[in-house]
Amino acid sequence: MTRSVIELPVSTDDRRIARLAALAIGLTLAEAAIPSPVPGVKPGLANIVILLVLLQVGWRAAAWVSALRVLAGGILLGSLFAPGFWLSSAGALASLLVLGVARHLPSRYFGPVSLSVLAAFGHIGGQLALAGWWLLPGAALLKLSPLFAAAALIFGAVNGVIVARLLAGPAPSGGQSMSCIPPSTP
Amino acid sequence: MKLLRAGDVSVLLAGCGLVIALTWWAWGGDRGDSAVIRAAGQVVKTAALTHAQTFSVDGPLGTTRIEIEPGRARVAADPSPRQLCVKQGWLTQSGQAALCLPNQVSLEIRGRTSAYDTLGY
Repeated sequence: MTRSVIELPVSTDDRRIARLAALAIGLTLAEAAIPSPVPGVKPGLANIVILLVLLQVGWRAAAWVSALRVLAGGILLGSLFAPGFWLSSAGALASLLVLGVARHLPSRYFGPVSLSVLAAFGHIGGQLALAGWWLLPGAALLKLSPLFAAAALIFGAVNGVIVARLLAGPAPSGGQSMSCIPPSTP
Repeated sequence: MKLLRAGDVSVLLAGCGLVIALTWWAWGGDRGDSAVIRAAGQVVKTAALTHAQTFSVDGPLGTTRIEIEPGRARVAADPSPRQLCVKQGWLTQSGQAALCLPNQVSLEIRGRTSAYDTLGY
């Protein structure tokens, strides 16, 4: 009898993505504990991680971290394949697509705050589009859309400032994985 | 590296504009919640603007087709020669009405508060 050994080579990139995804999942879980007056209005703290990954590693890695976060968040919160999970997926997907376009904006003028606000609008836009098309077709959702947009603007701006502060701050010592920062243009 | 760059400010302003536009669009005015369809002055149908549906109303000239979607309603087809009520397009606000006079069919949007006590055509 031959013993079959399935070997999955793990690259440095895999480890880095896993570590960052764990961070994003942690923030998702912490955020789920925060009570919210309107379902769907959340600070979106995990987007801070996604944005950092996008700016420091690249879009592919950000997409991986985002997908892993949605999937693992769904498993851990018990909402896997429930409507909330699909809303989350739609939001993450739309936000990634927006970021894929927005990251080509000249970084001289458009910093993390722009990316974060645009991603937040993408997030809420994707969620509202899916909810309006699938879960709650009707006018009721339109009435709430200003609330969602305002939340996206505020939380997007706050998260963007946090990202900008993290990027501007001293580089983490100790050979952390976030060390591949391209030298920022002065 | 500054926290807020020139483009960031414009993005934030555009975001504020979007929020204001959405607020005005969703909360401004009195969006109707039901449609009243009349033929020859008599109410033939009152429908809530919650889900998509169509009604066919017969008049002297032929059949008028009225289309209802979430939050809005319109006259989709009418046999009248000038097509005025069809060209009015979608009605959303309370008090708006589309009259197909030759065929004696009318479509009126009602909201929680009505803008007029009565309308005479």
